[in-house]
Amino acid sequence: MAKDGDVKLIGAWPSPFVMRPRIALNLKGVEYEFLEEKFGAKSDLLLRSNPVHKKIPVLLHADRPVCESLVIVQYVDDAWPSSGPSILPSDPYDRATARFWAAYIDEKWFPSMTGIAKAQGEEAKKAALDQVAEGLSLLEDAFGKISKGKPFFGGDTVGFLDIALGCLLGWLRVTEKMNGVKLLDEAKVPGLAKWAERFCADDAVKGVMPETDKLAEFAKLIMAKFKAAPSPQ
Amino acid sequence: MAEEVILLDFWPSPFGMRVRIALAEKGVAYDYKEEDLKSKSPLLLEMNPVHKKIPVLIHNGKPVCESLIAVQYIDEVWPDKSPLMPSDPYRRSQARFWADYVDKKIYDLGRKIWSTKGEEQEAAKEEFVESLKLLEGELGDKPFFGGEAFGFVDVALVPYYSWFHAYETCGGFSIEAECPKIVAWAKRCSLLDSVSKSLPDPKKVHGFVLELKKRYGVE
Repeated sequence: MAKDGDVKLIGAWPSPFVMRPRIALNLKGVEYEFLEEKFGAKSDLLLRSNPVHKKIPVLLHADRPVCESLVIVQYVDDAWPSSGPSILPSDPYDRATARFWAAYIDEKWFPSMTGIAKAQGEEAKKAALDQVAEGLSLLEDAFGKISKGKPFFGGDTVGFLDIALGCLLGWLRVTEKMNGVKLLDEAKVPGLAKWAERFCADDAVKGVMPETDKLAEFAKLIMAKFKAAPSPQ
Repeated sequence: MAEEVILLDFWPSPFGMRVRIALAEKGVAYDYKEEDLKSKSPLLLEMNPVHKKIPVLIHNGKPVCESLIAVQYIDEVWPDKSPLMPSDPYRRSQARFWADYVDKKIYDLGRKIWSTKGEEQEAAKEEFVESLKLLEGELGDKPFFGGEAFGFVDVALVPYYSWFHAYETCGGFSIEAECPKIVAWAKRCSLLDSVSKSLPDPKKVHGFVLELKKRYGVE
């Protein structure tokens, strides 16, 4: 049973992982204080609350920290069971399926996307882009099977897998913009393309999804910082 | 409908051991199918087309992939016996966090210990010991990570106990000397039938690692 207590979230607006608990809290109608971390300097509170990984997001519920974005999302679902819709599906097999694809997104698909920026040369870039497209194709297939004609992976409302994938849409759009490619192509992944629009328009998502242009500016900033860092000769 | 439970597995896999332990804790009868990872069965490729990896739990024809996902599934489908996840939401979040930590650290560091040498191996040993010490801190004075009862984090970590002898021999160090509490905890877990029946003989695991070293040309 959830104890009433202050809810704080340590995060930063560009982080797709920080978006995940924000959407979960919004779905549950839980008010929280957003503590924005400054880029490049980790706060004492963050280091104390997440000594193991020293990363955002960190949820603080009555001062008790919960770390790792998908662990936080499941915690929010468990801690506020009677508010808002269920975030995880109710059937154990559907839950296992949602968790499987969320793990795929975090362990395989998201790294393939960041791999594009790291790819050196035309061939490597093309290979990296192909990998991301292949992953989207798998996810398109999964969407068809899981949503069963409903608007979201979670059915009628935004659920766990919608949150896991949807939060990466901002960075996906930045990747498209910076590489002059269309990855979420209505011709190739029509289900996901339409789902993405619905996800971004959802009340729980609208206010926390960063604008692509703002994100692209931020991306240029971090890339400039990496290039400016001295490299070994 | 009669339950049909199949586990596609590979005897030295710590990931496979997790699922064996969970099924044993719940008293679920299942059909164990040993996979030859050099020649994967059509069933494995059909049931896990995305990763093509073991373990795969097949329940009434439907596959569940990824060991910790399968363990949670087993806990939810057979909730009456030996619950593995706590019921309190905060404790559940901590169990998930620490199981995730085990996944992020132990396998890769362990692999580096037996497959590298020199500075790289030393660094891996150091980080491995640090990770176990962190886990010791989390365990504290409790008999199990789950508290009084064996739980989710215990299931996630204890399979690596069967690999300790291999890590120690390849790395030239004693895990018991560095992390006595973890070894004491692992011995305590091994008193459980579900664990002792699911973990292979550490000497066999070491033999397997020596074969791998030969195959990958690691001296």
